[in-house]
Amino acid sequence: MEIKGSAMAGTLESSDASIVVAPNADKGIVIDLISSVEKQFGEDIRRTVKQVLKELDVEDAIVKIQDRGALDCVIRARLQTAVLRAANGKSFDWEGQRHV
Amino acid sequence: MFKLRRTMMYVPGNNPSMVKDAHIFGADTVMFDLEDSVALNEKDAARLLVYNALKRLDYEGTEIAVRINGLDTPYGREDLEAIVRVRPHIIRLPKAETSKDVRDIEAIIEEIEAKEGIPVGSIQLMAAVESARGVLNAREIAAASKRLVGIAIGAEDFVTDMQTTRSLDGMELLAARSQVLLAARNAGIYALDTVFSDVNNEEGFINEVKHIKQLGFDGKSVINPRQIDVVHRIYTPTPQEIHRSERILKASEEAARKGSGVVSLDGKMVDKPIIERAQRVLSLATAAGTYELEGGEAIAY
Repeated sequence: MEIKGSAMAGTLESSDASIVVAPNADKGIVIDLISSVEKQFGEDIRRTVKQVLKELDVEDAIVKIQDRGALDCVIRARLQTAVLRAANGKSFDWEGQRHV
Repeated sequence: MFKLRRTMMYVPGNNPSMVKDAHIFGADTVMFDLEDSVALNEKDAARLLVYNALKRLDYEGTEIAVRINGLDTPYGREDLEAIVRVRPHIIRLPKAETSKDVRDIEAIIEEIEAKEGIPVGSIQLMAAVESARGVLNAREIAAASKRLVGIAIGAEDFVTDMQTTRSLDGMELLAARSQVLLAARNAGIYALDTVFSDVNNEEGFINEVKHIKQLGFDGKSVINPRQIDVVHRIYTPTPQEIHRSERILKASEEAARKGSGVVSLDGKMVDKPIIERAQRVLSLATAAGTYELEGGEAIAY
């Protein structure tokens, strides 16, 4: 999936994360993370971000995350939303997912 | 034991802190909302949030419902594509107007279930009627699908459609509530009442809960955890009711043993409907955990 513009999802409320996804002219994935739980969960969050981008077939993007203690499933949801919005409103591939 | 649905708590589908803790307040059913509590430009975000939450979080056995957007909106179909795949217990469709609205949703659910290898029929449905037309068609709506476990009335849209407003005594809703109840009982499904929006008016809330319980509703939608205990308290049989019901059942058993058709208790005739009511009181108390049913079957749908 190609990131065509800059888009945001989520909020700065507790248990949420605000995520901005933008094109990366230099190619590759850049993750910029600000989190109150960075020391403890920073690596987990980065791993989740990389995994979600891989699932969505995103190879080049800048991802800025302001985390407010969001659960893994919330990070996933907000990142998926931001990516789809940044890809000009592409729809999610529900059928291609592994479900419960 | 039969399923209590005294409270169905609305949880805005785009609020992570509420979505993750929704089950801890003790509502009988938690309902994640993708419809009216979500802004139009956040529909995609709420859908993905509820989808990921249901996929990953453990709600410890609490019954989970998701209210989707209607199929007449640009969001309804996509909501189903997402939500059916993470298998909530119930999908609730808003603003049902005709039985066709239920059947259309059912057809899509069935298609997705089949595609994903989910046992067809495993996801249940609930319909809300929120307009004059929906209320008039409640009978057909309630009987439209085997998946339907309940029908609810949504009062805010309904009173607007009726060109009136809500009052504390609920006079303007009496005909509609009665119609929904008749439809539910005719179809053998649950009847759920609408929300009471003024969270700070506890007295008004208590009166409304007593009123709808007396009408015959199985429960009520709530919008705040503070409302849960109030409803549960009113819906849980009192020790006196339990005691009286036990005596009624005992008297009827004795009469049956003696081969006597007529039962009398404290000088009053006890007949079949009274016995059934007594059984239901004990079933409710058992489900609420305040009574241990010995032998016999719980009366339920």
